[in-house]
Amino acid sequence: MPLLSVTDLRTHFHTRSGVYRAVDGVSFSLERGETLGIVGESGSGKSVTCYSLMGLIPQPPGRIESGTAFFDGVDLLHCTPKQARAIRGKRIAMIFQDPMTSLNPYLRISTQLIEPLLIHEKITRAAAKKRALEMLESVGLHDVGRRFHQYPHEFSGGMRQRVMIAMALITRPELLIADEPTTALDVTVQAQILELIKARQQELGMAVIFITHDLAVASGLCDRVQVMYAGRIVETAATQTLFEQPRHPYTRGLQRSIPALQPKGAELYTIPGLPPDVSKPIPGCAFAPRCEYAVDRCRATRPPLLEVAPGHAHACLRAQAGEI
Amino acid sequence: MAETILELQGIRTYFPLFEGFIRKRQTGSVKAVDGVDLTLHKGEVLGLVGESGCGKSTLARTILQLIPPTAGSIRLGGRDLANCSPRELVAARRDLQMIFQDPYASLNPRLTVFDALAEPLRVHRICAPAAIPERVAELMRTVGLAPRFMQKYPHEFSGGQRQRIAIARALAMEPKVIVADEPVSALDVSIQAQILNLLSELCRRMNLSLIFIAHDLSVVKHISDRVAVMYLGKIVELGPALDVIERPRHPYTRALVSAIPSPHPAQEKLRQRIMLPGDPPSPINPPSGCPFHTRCPYVQERCKTTVPSLVPAGPDRVAACIRLDEI
Repeated sequence: MPLLSVTDLRTHFHTRSGVYRAVDGVSFSLERGETLGIVGESGSGKSVTCYSLMGLIPQPPGRIESGTAFFDGVDLLHCTPKQARAIRGKRIAMIFQDPMTSLNPYLRISTQLIEPLLIHEKITRAAAKKRALEMLESVGLHDVGRRFHQYPHEFSGGMRQRVMIAMALITRPELLIADEPTTALDVTVQAQILELIKARQQELGMAVIFITHDLAVASGLCDRVQVMYAGRIVETAATQTLFEQPRHPYTRGLQRSIPALQPKGAELYTIPGLPPDVSKPIPGCAFAPRCEYAVDRCRATRPPLLEVAPGHAHACLRAQAGEI
Repeated sequence: MAETILELQGIRTYFPLFEGFIRKRQTGSVKAVDGVDLTLHKGEVLGLVGESGCGKSTLARTILQLIPPTAGSIRLGGRDLANCSPRELVAARRDLQMIFQDPYASLNPRLTVFDALAEPLRVHRICAPAAIPERVAELMRTVGLAPRFMQKYPHEFSGGQRQRIAIARALAMEPKVIVADEPVSALDVSIQAQILNLLSELCRRMNLSLIFIAHDLSVVKHISDRVAVMYLGKIVELGPALDVIERPRHPYTRALVSAIPSPHPAQEKLRQRIMLPGDPPSPINPPSGCPFHTRCPYVQERCKTTVPSLVPAGPDRVAACIRLDEI
């Protein structure tokens, strides 16, 4: 049985200017110890998917319209608040993009680090403190005895992200959701943080959902990658397969627009146009208006996510028919 | 060699630090830019890379005189910007324009696209008042926006389109040099490529010189002719873009290049990563000797005392490392 299995998740935002279909029918599953990358541009619904699982969608305006998300037998979307509390922050932990805004600036990191332990476990303060110090050391902080009592502003961006990771891992979660944890960091620090997540994951055997807009970051870390576009999954496959044989035109376009993969001097490949407005219903394929292969039936029927090879599924009618 | 258009000599930009509330006294300074020499040729794209806090944005702002330099000279077409009269500076600004990172913050939300583009034309009397609408329409077409959007406000545009407006505003002055401070960092990958194409096409067509600041080396490699790598307010390596990024010489450049994740899983597995320990040191109290010695894998005792200067490191290349030939 997979650790997490999400079926037909739809999260919509009801605003004065219309209904925004941020997540529009997303299904996926995750095995224990697996690393899943969710890749997409801003507005593709990758973060909202994970926020829905964690119950972090402000309601209203947001509303989870349909779907189930079974985490080890408990439906995260329809369970009692008590059940949710026992899972969230303990068995599923999350780290966010901006470590400065997700740490409380008024509290010493010591307080923030041991808080999840005091809430979720029967543990004395002294034992919690000991665990917290060990955790800080294992995420690569030096001089932890002194650092433990400092405030978030006394840390650099990379160090803050390490503290965030320590905070998330302190309850030994089975699933870690990382929402663009390195986007705000410099490239050398990004490399450190990615290594750290990889090492801790191997040690604790946890599953990771890694949200990023950077295909290159996903390729180094993830076992499997799923690409999202306009609230839908357009392609999912093992990392190697996705990079070597992308089938969906959007995945191909995304890959081709990475500057590093293109010869210098030539004009960069670009996907024409802009992402669609998700406040209007999209009857067919959401990518059709920007797709060079689109034909009439792409605009009329919504393509299903079909498995074309073991573990490789995509949602392109023409690729499924073998036409492109 | 092409004509030199912009020349920086010994640029230092320090920000004073004060302590005390009643009796303020200066206790030190942040050495954001600490002795930079740089030349920019006509029609050249110079990439400027480095991590946050290395002084690349301060250098950009210093070039535009948005922050006055503490020392050094900035010569634009024979005129020293740091020591010229305010009137001359206004004239010089026509030739020197900037594009900022965040197109959401750099456009006035209360001005329509037309107002934003017409303002510089009016202030600098670039064209007759009657000709302004036509000129604005032309600018919009140049950056790939339809002139019918002229009366729209910035919030009605996407990030990529806003960056196009910002580029059009810089072009309105018919500048000789554009300084672009991380113009694509806030944009998505597919939009990034569109803006990069636009910038390099404009440079070619209008023979513009561009200083392109970024922290993403793969973007810089693509767009630049030459690249300068900064660390803690100093240039540590400078040379032809492809050469520097594919065969870096300075240990910092090597680490920076090796930290770029490869989008190809097979290459990613083979990638030899040089992990730099820790964070960059504080520019308030930079390390003695080589600024990089605290994180350098090749550090020796003499690196801690000798300040390295830029020495030739290949054709058209310089690097600041005293162990260049040994490593």
